[in-house]
Amino acid sequence: MWKLSAMLLAAAATLSAQSPRYGVGRPPTPEEIRELGSAIAPDGTGLPEGAGTVAAGRELFAAQCARCHGPTGEGDVGARLVGGQGTLRTPRPLKTVGSFWPYATTLWDYVNRAMPFDRPGLLKPPEVYAAVAYVLNLNGIIEADRVMDATSLPKVKMPNRDGFVADPRPDVRKERRRH
Amino acid sequence: MKHGRRSRRQLLQMGVAVGGSLLAGQQARALETDPRKLGEPLGPYGERSPFEKAVRWRRESKTPETGSSFTPLHDSVGIVTPSALHYERHHSGIPTMDPAKHRLVIHGLVDRPLALSMAEIRRLPSVTRILALECGGNSAGEWGAATGADVQRSYGLVSGSEWTGVSLSLLLAEAGVQPRASWVIAEGADACRMMRSIPLAKALENSVLAYGQNGEAMRPAQGYPLRLINPGWEGNTNVKWLHSLKLTDQPYMARDETSKYSDLMPDGKARIFTYAMEAKSVITFPSGGQTLPARGLYELTGLAWSGRGRIERVEVTTDGGRTWVQAALQEPRLPIALTRFRLAWRFDGQDALIASRAIDETKYVQPTRAALIAARGTNSTYHYNGIKVWSVRADGTVTNVEA
Repeated sequence: MWKLSAMLLAAAATLSAQSPRYGVGRPPTPEEIRELGSAIAPDGTGLPEGAGTVAAGRELFAAQCARCHGPTGEGDVGARLVGGQGTLRTPRPLKTVGSFWPYATTLWDYVNRAMPFDRPGLLKPPEVYAAVAYVLNLNGIIEADRVMDATSLPKVKMPNRDGFVADPRPDVRKERRRH
Repeated sequence: MKHGRRSRRQLLQMGVAVGGSLLAGQQARALETDPRKLGEPLGPYGERSPFEKAVRWRRESKTPETGSSFTPLHDSVGIVTPSALHYERHHSGIPTMDPAKHRLVIHGLVDRPLALSMAEIRRLPSVTRILALECGGNSAGEWGAATGADVQRSYGLVSGSEWTGVSLSLLLAEAGVQPRASWVIAEGADACRMMRSIPLAKALENSVLAYGQNGEAMRPAQGYPLRLINPGWEGNTNVKWLHSLKLTDQPYMARDETSKYSDLMPDGKARIFTYAMEAKSVITFPSGGQTLPARGLYELTGLAWSGRGRIERVEVTTDGGRTWVQAALQEPRLPIALTRFRLAWRFDGQDALIASRAIDETKYVQPTRAALIAARGTNSTYHYNGIKVWSVRADGTVTNVEA
């Protein structure tokens, strides 16, 4: 009897976890959510524990990042990461983390998910904080003594934070059609 | 004999010089089988004819796992691109994924977070749509001076496919979207976990979780086993190898929607979330790199498409924009699909500037390059849809005037 009710309870739990109409799926495990839900919101939602200093980032950058991005982020096979501030209105805009990226959280998210290029996912959260701190410091956005963590990183105001506007299209004036 | 004739014509269309075509003709004869001998036995999975040489083009790269390959639009017929020739854009290579192990997790602001197997997804009511898919950066070179010489290199990041899958709205109803949710964060299972923020309104309107392409499982390079298809929106939002959909109350400002795929304007501001691909068209024959072998009557043809719906009309000029005539639109003419247009044109051995412009069901008219640049400058990179002019010279050669 006990066994039967346990089975019924288990079955009920399974059913309630499945979708209501088609009865597909199961609740994801906490590991699956953690593994798949690593995206970081601009308000910092999702940032993990840990912290990294500019100094630690300098070392890590030399070991993991410099071979593609250059010793101080000037770019090579990998994108240029520094400079370009004040160029966005010129004929040759230089879009870098410092001149263009609107949120520091995006840098954390992207380094965490996609870097290093040939070994994405290699870096542990404190290393990601450190790498991000160093790149922000290279761009003159934070001081060399700063520590980046889940609290401080979302508060970093990027130089181009207000540089984005909504899509106004269709925006091209209709020309008089000639037949 | 029939095969021989066909192959010579195709070689001519590919712009092979006369001396080259003689040599190629000899090689082609070597490939032909004796018409009175038995042919090849039946096979399990088909290959195209050894005479067919159309391939994608890509730039040489130190990092071949990232980059783009371009569809040979000049070799295309009809409105569907063979899966093997569909354009590609990758950020960290093409993963090989076992569909038996693949899971899609729907989580975040939902009442019932769900982990779904491919078998479960394929069991659900399916939808099929023929759609154009275009990279947000297609024709980016046309903004400046670095465009491709032919239609493949300058316009080849667009392809047409029949996609089959499940309406995303159906699965979101199963998961129970909470009232606070307004965005869906879609993430792929490639090495870099490519991620984009999609407004919930789009997801509920017509997004599809596709597993099928052109009658079979989609190719690995297109996102096997599961891809988010956002009809009419820039290719990058159509997240491949989809493994996570997170419902949120804000966009996540991913790298690929802030630093990339945003459109920098002359005032230094960048437009963000410019998802829709506006109406566009291009003549694929005659086009850059091809040669008209003689004067005479030709069928000028090309492709038109709009991310905002059906193509209503395509107009063609053969005199540099002085006069425009309406081209015939070949059925089927489906919303957000490639639409083929055709026009009989007599090449009289005079220099000619030829171009097409598309008008979609919203009455939007494809702009000239000049009008587009007047509105957006030349640093925008993405979403170029200007009228494409090809120059046909008196000797029959065709070039890209912007190249």
